[in-house]
Amino acid sequence: MSTLKFLLEKEFKQFFRNPFLPGTLVFMPIMIILIMPFAATMDVRNINVAFVLSEQSPLTNRLIQKISSSEYFNLVEVTSSPKEALSLMEKGSADMILEVPVGFERKLTREGKGDLMLSINAVNGAKGGIGTSYISTLLNDFVLEIRDDLAPVVISSATPVIRVVPRYLFNPSLSYRTYMVPALITILLTLLCSFLPALNIVSEKEAGTIEQINVTPVSKFTFIIAKLLPYWIMGFIVFSIAMILACVVWGLIPVGNVATIYLLAIIYVFAMSGFGLVISNYSATMQQAMFVIFFFIIVLMMMSGLFTPFRSMPLWAQYITAFNPLRYLIEAMRMVFLKGSGIQDIARNLFALIGFALFFLLWAVKSYKKSN
Amino acid sequence: MLILFGMPIVQIILFGFAVTTEVQNIRLAVLDPSNDQATTEIIRELQANTYFGPVMYVHTTEEANKAFLKNKADIVLTFEENFQENLLHTGTASIQLLVDGTDPNMCKILVGYVSNILTTYQQKFSVSDRTKTQIIPHVKMLYNPQTKSAYNFVPGVMGLIFMLICAMMTSISIVREKETGTMEVLLVSPIKPLYIVFAKMVPYFVLSCVNLTTILLLSVYVLGVPMSGNLGLLVAISMLFILVALAIGLLISTIVDTQVAAMLVSGMILMLPVILLSGMIYTIESMPVLLQYASHMIPAKWYIVCVKKVMIEGLGFSAVFHEVIILFSMAVALLTVSIKLFKDRLQ
Amino acid sequence: MDNIVIETDLLTKRFGNFTAVDQISFQVTKGEIFGFLGANGAGKTTAMRMLCGLSIPTSGTGTVAGYDITKQSEMVKRNIGYMSQKFSLYEDLKVWENIRLYGGIYGLNEKEIAEKTDRLLQTLQFESERNTMVKSLPLGWKQKLAFSVAIFHEPKIVFLDEPTGGVDPVTRRQFWELIYEASDRGITVFVTTHYMDEAEYCHRVSIMVDGRIEALDSPKNLKQQYGVKNMQEVFYHLAQTAKRGD
Repeated sequence: MSTLKFLLEKEFKQFFRNPFLPGTLVFMPIMIILIMPFAATMDVRNINVAFVLSEQSPLTNRLIQKISSSEYFNLVEVTSSPKEALSLMEKGSADMILEVPVGFERKLTREGKGDLMLSINAVNGAKGGIGTSYISTLLNDFVLEIRDDLAPVVISSATPVIRVVPRYLFNPSLSYRTYMVPALITILLTLLCSFLPALNIVSEKEAGTIEQINVTPVSKFTFIIAKLLPYWIMGFIVFSIAMILACVVWGLIPVGNVATIYLLAIIYVFAMSGFGLVISNYSATMQQAMFVIFFFIIVLMMMSGLFTPFRSMPLWAQYITAFNPLRYLIEAMRMVFLKGSGIQDIARNLFALIGFALFFLLWAVKSYKKSN
Repeated sequence: MLILFGMPIVQIILFGFAVTTEVQNIRLAVLDPSNDQATTEIIRELQANTYFGPVMYVHTTEEANKAFLKNKADIVLTFEENFQENLLHTGTASIQLLVDGTDPNMCKILVGYVSNILTTYQQKFSVSDRTKTQIIPHVKMLYNPQTKSAYNFVPGVMGLIFMLICAMMTSISIVREKETGTMEVLLVSPIKPLYIVFAKMVPYFVLSCVNLTTILLLSVYVLGVPMSGNLGLLVAISMLFILVALAIGLLISTIVDTQVAAMLVSGMILMLPVILLSGMIYTIESMPVLLQYASHMIPAKWYIVCVKKVMIEGLGFSAVFHEVIILFSMAVALLTVSIKLFKDRLQ
Repeated sequence: MDNIVIETDLLTKRFGNFTAVDQISFQVTKGEIFGFLGANGAGKTTAMRMLCGLSIPTSGTGTVAGYDITKQSEMVKRNIGYMSQKFSLYEDLKVWENIRLYGGIYGLNEKEIAEKTDRLLQTLQFESERNTMVKSLPLGWKQKLAFSVAIFHEPKIVFLDEPTGGVDPVTRRQFWELIYEASDRGITVFVTTHYMDEAEYCHRVSIMVDGRIEALDSPKNLKQQYGVKNMQEVFYHLAQTAKRGD
């Protein structure tokens, strides 16, 4: 036990003497909790619209007015030449071209039907889709506004109406940030508690100091604990800071039990530390370790449902995510944080994480050798 | 070494196929106390839609709540009692949609799906088709008619991979030589420092070109992303970007002294911003203005714009002239600064 | 025979087809300075690593401080000190912090560590460098410090793997004085080296060629046996027979 004390003392000194690590500790939560939610937004805004008008009329002016006053659209150009509009799109300054054909107003007043041509840059498929739905809604509104002016019709009373009342549970304001923040917090844990200690161990390997430790009576268990504990402590300090930031800055207070959140985090940290150790045991150089680590960070993040819902993935990819501890944590974090799910609701995630923790820690202890 | 070649392949395949923002496999639950002809018809309509998975039936509001808490349902359709009777006699009947709003994006999209289906259903009842003023938008999805996510991700992944391989690996390998002291050996040799730097960069440049080839082949033949523009232009721009990434790596290596620091700097400063601000996942235009300005600083953003324009939209050089100039000046600026710093350190 | 602290019997280590250490057998007695010589790649370091419990022998047996190196390697480690080829103190710790760390690892308590640290720094005349970061010490000083740390817990045996590589002659002399002091206190010193003048300082030396021990005796006897003036020539004589290159 006293050996552990001396080793821990050393790890902490080294940690705080490192020119980068303490800074990272401060920088990371700020970056991830304060800045990332701004960037990570699925709301599509500022869609640039170019208008192609072959004839001007009060009606089209009204439509232009309507579009430019919408918070989703920016009107960049009103032109009479479709070619010019297309070149705007090619330059990237227009995302959407709305073309009003000749005789639009006449047809609309006479037949009650008007056609519009809408061309959308759909390279970003999601943006294209959402843009289309925004403009459809906007056009429907527009029609309602002008309908009375054009052709006052008696609303038929005989048509049965199904009233649809949506109620948004758990996140009534439908804020994407609310959805992202609990998940982003987990990224902190992943980086701090699994990959940093792994790199630390590999750096001792490269420096040769690990061999000096290996000829001492320090047991491998003590050594590993001494390596991990400081990062666990820092990890949880940063985790708590992140939770407080989430509360203060974003007004996000966990609906569920905070203890459950910490329980999840602890088990996850065990699992990922084990994973990090396994990597460190198999890599001889920092370069190698870092490359493997970055590969896994990216794959783990992308396949976790953090940015994109994992249920949208093809089935085979969903099976792969079954082996991703981060997926279980993020899912459970969002459930507890936003919905207030209890332990029994997230039992599946907990068991999965416990499984990962046991598997990786056992593997790590097995593969760490003081001698060969 | 294997991982250097394997990584791009795995990433492009995984992300190209798997990372999609399309909403699918929606888990629909139904709370149907009336259980009459109208409600069964509506449920059948919903089930026929490919976006929805199998329908789950719940019988009480508590059960619905449980389903949400256990994350087993995304939406619960709650019919009022005597739905059909109300519909036929009073002319209105209501359905409450309880939606899991945690993921707002998915939530909005799926409310849209359900409303559409319900509106179509409702039109069956319409007694008269009295002329209703309508504006019909004819939508043309340019460049990506099927709105595939891969079109958007492939350029992003390309930017990410080059950044990772070139910037990170060069910086780490140079710093490694510094750490082990072999750098000094090279520096005292009669070789000019500039050549040493270039010698370090060349292998990663070659490696990146190999990766460029594999990525392009995979994108076109496996992911079905079109190669609409000029291949030569795309390759030229890619090489320019690779050069920028190498210069960044060089710059980092002159600033930091240890491999861990090199890794942290390239990780924190390059990776996350590249993922977030390059427009790979999130659209830049939707971000706050300040972040939009920040995104201008990121070379990957300009590269990704170029790739989209050339590869997918099939545009020529004139369309990407602006971006190429920016990338080019970034390359020149970064190289000058880092070589100057590198020389300064020698004296 | 209580005096024997290291004993090996046909100790062998193979990496695949390559036999790094080939059936070596020898004994080292208490307080002896035992020189372990050989060209690069002759198997010295591998043999030493086996004795320290860092590497598991393919076959053969060995005991160090009375403990079996295969089965009781953790007991072996309690009784030895080790200083490796690479400089192995923590560069980002201060002088006293390194001493304190290793003292703590070997189970010394706070008071013992504090007292012994003072004494050690005094003997080395390092008091002024107490708070210096190890990184900024000159190499020779680092090596002296590393040696002192390796014997800080008064081990029965200390293993030194090329301890004076790259160190200037004056510091090397000082270093050997430290070795003699340790030997006088009854600590057995097992040392590998490339410097033949250092070999002369040893009580007994063994010379390894291609994984085998080709000669083992006191420097004086070896010189007589081969009819040469100094150890340098003894070494040339034997090393020429080597088939393995560098």
